[in-house]
Amino acid sequence: MAFAASLRHLLLAAVASSCAAPALAKEVRVYNWSDYIDEAILKDFEKETGIKVIYDVFDSNEILEAKLVTGGTGYDVVVPTATFLSRQIKAGVFQKLDKSKLPNLKNMWSDIAERAAKYDPGNEYSVNYMWGTTGIGYNPEKINEAMPDAPVDSWKLVYDPEVLKNFQKCGVMLLDSPEDLLPSVMTYLGLEPDMNNTESVEKAGEHLAKLKPYILKYHSSEYINALANGDICLAVGYSGDILQAASEAAEKVEVDYVIPQEGAQLWFDQMAIPADAPHPDEAHAFINYMTRPEVIAKASNFVSYANGNLAAKEYLDEAVAQDPRVYPTEDVVKRLYTVSTVEDPRVQRIITRAWTRAQSGS
Amino acid sequence: MAEKRPNARWFVIALPYLWLAVFFLLPFLIVFKISLSTPTLAQPPYVPSFNSLAEIWEKARQFTIDNYAFLASDSLYYSSYFSSLRIAAISTLLLLLIGYPFAYAMARAPRAIQPMLLMLVILPSWTSFLIRVYAWIGILKPEGLLSAFLIWLGVIDQPLRIMNTETAVFIGIVYAYLPFMVLPLYASLEKLDPTLLEAAADLGCPPWKAFWLITVPLSLPGIIAGSFLVFIPAVGEFVIPDLLGGSDTLMIGKTLWREFFGNRDWPVASAVAVVLLLLLVLPIVVYQHMQARQVEAAR
Repeated sequence: MAFAASLRHLLLAAVASSCAAPALAKEVRVYNWSDYIDEAILKDFEKETGIKVIYDVFDSNEILEAKLVTGGTGYDVVVPTATFLSRQIKAGVFQKLDKSKLPNLKNMWSDIAERAAKYDPGNEYSVNYMWGTTGIGYNPEKINEAMPDAPVDSWKLVYDPEVLKNFQKCGVMLLDSPEDLLPSVMTYLGLEPDMNNTESVEKAGEHLAKLKPYILKYHSSEYINALANGDICLAVGYSGDILQAASEAAEKVEVDYVIPQEGAQLWFDQMAIPADAPHPDEAHAFINYMTRPEVIAKASNFVSYANGNLAAKEYLDEAVAQDPRVYPTEDVVKRLYTVSTVEDPRVQRIITRAWTRAQSGS
Repeated sequence: MAEKRPNARWFVIALPYLWLAVFFLLPFLIVFKISLSTPTLAQPPYVPSFNSLAEIWEKARQFTIDNYAFLASDSLYYSSYFSSLRIAAISTLLLLLIGYPFAYAMARAPRAIQPMLLMLVILPSWTSFLIRVYAWIGILKPEGLLSAFLIWLGVIDQPLRIMNTETAVFIGIVYAYLPFMVLPLYASLEKLDPTLLEAAADLGCPPWKAFWLITVPLSLPGIIAGSFLVFIPAVGEFVIPDLLGGSDTLMIGKTLWREFFGNRDWPVASAVAVVLLLLLVLPIVVYQHMQARQVEAAR
């Protein structure tokens, strides 16, 4: 009987809560990169503001952009990379931020904001969420085994065919994203990393084609697990993703991340509000919450990416704040570069075509 | 009652056509329309786009067939179509070779256990398709179950490199599509009258010959239905090659993805889709036509 009674209570409670749900109509729909937040932050936000968070993830800028230009995404906050954001702003898919609703912007790091302004002049449409570098993730033990004198601090490790062929057996993966990968190939080839220079794009593509036999796969997220499981020994990927693989693998295999000495790409993931966002007020509330120093520091501690919030530095874990792979030292920062957005569809076509040829040989 | 009957009949006949019009013809026309437009940096990312039907006539002059001309100018598209057709054809053949004995054994099993066998064929589909493909990653990867097992047996001493190759794509397609091959084959084999084979045996026909002359021709509708059911989706398969295949596995699904997402060129992506559809629909229409003629002739 007691069981039946408690069951009835449970059912009543379930009915009551499902009926109460519409009263809590305030919600914010967020579309962010996969493995890019400490979920506790979302719970804290819900508790504090009473705004329900619906959180979806993607793993490629291309997919986000296709949704944005289709329109009617239903999302209130999206987090594209700045190189893509710049073009999306021109396509008219975002609304200008109402900075009176974002008092926490005072915490932002002017150095990062200025660099991001290259893509979003005046930071009118976006606020930095995280930033990072595109470098090399590797398994020191396996690399050392395959090639004891491997040049681990250089792009030669991946792009010199004579070096790379040693690692074919232990597995190599590269990002399936020409915007992230081709600039690093240009750097290796001694060219200015510029995606709008079709000659450089072709050269980089031709060089990649030569490496084809040694590369297991191009993919933009599989390398995290593959590195952590020891299925591969070398990958070109995003700083924080590789550091996540390293901590995931902690006990089983060793994984390290390096920003090659020749220089590497610096990128910014920016929070923005689509023009047709159904809940713009809640979107501003969410962005304002995320720019609170202790909140964004919590996210950085969790995902091992640096954020664009200067005031957040004192809330960072020592291990994150002092890690040059997350917050590069000043002389490394000097070697980091940003890449301009490609706007001309003809140039884009040449890039994609070179990319396909590099991967499939046709 | 008698007066109402024709209406009801028309309704029953119209229903499939209505279904086709809403879920096939209309989307196709939309895709076809986009394939005639030009890409631009806007929302939506192509011109012309219409806000009303009246505008179609106004802006129709902006339509272009350049996108189709472009497809013909780059060998990438031929290679992608050809490679997809090849992978789908080999997969269909493998499915037939594996599915036929499967279905034959099911149809010959005692009546009482046939429903259970049928259930066993369908059962794996109750788990998400994506999870089952992911499971294959665990089996096929170098440190995976298959390599570990074969090394343990002593058959091989180096881990197998099957993952991220075309072989893995074939394994994935054959595994995922097997029920769609087995079910139509079973349906036609199960109807087969066993006394025909007895009669053949009585007249001195050896079993293998009886199989070729009686069983196979009578199960032909099942073979054709099963082959269509697996061949057509296999040509456009995207998920299996993306997860199990290597970067050099060229398939039209991936080429279409690159046009749409990489180049943000919806018009060319739509043209690729239209050509793919024609490539698949034409043989089906020809086949249907031939079958209709056969039925006519049989009368």
